[in-house]
Amino acid sequence: MIEVKVLGSGCKNCQTTQKLIGDVTSENGVEISLEKIEDMAEIMSYGIMSTPGVIVDGKIVHVGGIPDKRSILSWFKSDCCPADDQCC
Amino acid sequence: MFEQLADFIVFEVSGMQAGTPVAQSLHFFVMDITKIFFMLVLVIYLMGLFRSFVSAEKVRNYVQGRAEWVARSLAILLGAVTPFCSCSSVPLFIGFVEAGIPLGVTFSFLIASPMINEIAVVMLFGIVGWKITVLYILSGMVVAFAGGIIIQKFKPERWVEDYVWKIHMGEAQTLEQDNSLKARHRYALTEVKTIVGRIWKWVLLGVGAGALFHGYFPQEWASNLGDANNFLAVPLAVIMGVPLYSNAVGVIPLAEAMLLKGVAIGTTLAFMMSIAAISVPELIILRKVIKWQALALFTAIVTLSIILVGWFFNSIL
Repeated sequence: MIEVKVLGSGCKNCQTTQKLIGDVTSENGVEISLEKIEDMAEIMSYGIMSTPGVIVDGKIVHVGGIPDKRSILSWFKSDCCPADDQCC
Repeated sequence: MFEQLADFIVFEVSGMQAGTPVAQSLHFFVMDITKIFFMLVLVIYLMGLFRSFVSAEKVRNYVQGRAEWVARSLAILLGAVTPFCSCSSVPLFIGFVEAGIPLGVTFSFLIASPMINEIAVVMLFGIVGWKITVLYILSGMVVAFAGGIIIQKFKPERWVEDYVWKIHMGEAQTLEQDNSLKARHRYALTEVKTIVGRIWKWVLLGVGAGALFHGYFPQEWASNLGDANNFLAVPLAVIMGVPLYSNAVGVIPLAEAMLLKGVAIGTTLAFMMSIAAISVPELIILRKVIKWQALALFTAIVTLSIILVGWFFNSIL
């Protein structure tokens, strides 16, 4: 199970990001646990200032704005198809 | 190019008579819509590419530890080119505080950012021409610069919520991001899709309203507004504009109609700035990090600076 956190104060962009990640991963059969972090101190502890931010397994993969689908898939690449570049 | 297109659609395809109010409105609408959407797509794309190189975290690093006037100028320039979602105000504010950047500089950034944004600039440029666009950008920068300095004089640090001082930002990890040109291109395209998808209704509505004014604005109103070009017009426009909230996009066609019917440039610019610069939602978000005294001060100072800028333009133009 991959741990994914969406960091954001609950604005529209953050909600969209969270939903997008959920949709893209379930479409591609990637199992994740998706969590929303709204606590400002915790958000800041990752050193980011523009929300939404996305953390995958403890690593910052995205900051500020809504990510596009290709980028989302690229975070999970090794888990859905390690060898093939085309499948995601 | 866009004028010919509008000529073609309105006069040749639909066969309307030039000079009637309907034709005038429709012509204006078609011309502006095509022109504005073309420019929006282009500019949002270019800004998206540019923005893939600049982030709030980088802005903070540039501004941190500089002499105050340098820091302020940088903050305003960066605020002008990096629109950020108002929901980012809080982390941004905390991040700036934590980096030891003076609050006055942070406020300069917070004033400049919503006021000067690429969408407003495109709309202004498309509808009222480059001269007023340049004036608008300059006056936005002046208000941000002066506003931040004056706020600093009141020592706003005492109003910052206690918990803000206690938050410790983690070391910014290096972002494992795809930095190829292709990824930046994708980012810019996503920006175009998201932003145009979000604002197209408002652009249509705004230009539509402007077009109606173009054909149908009663002359009597115009003379009333013309009479209103006295000393009080600017503060009145600003006081009307402050509680109104719009992301500058919706208000520009209205501004055009005002200009067209003889409202002075300073009054119109002041009205636009007051709508864009201060918004109740943003104040409510900022209330999480700073007490209402500071927000009241912020509102008062920005309002006053906008009024002064309006008077200034009215007196020189």
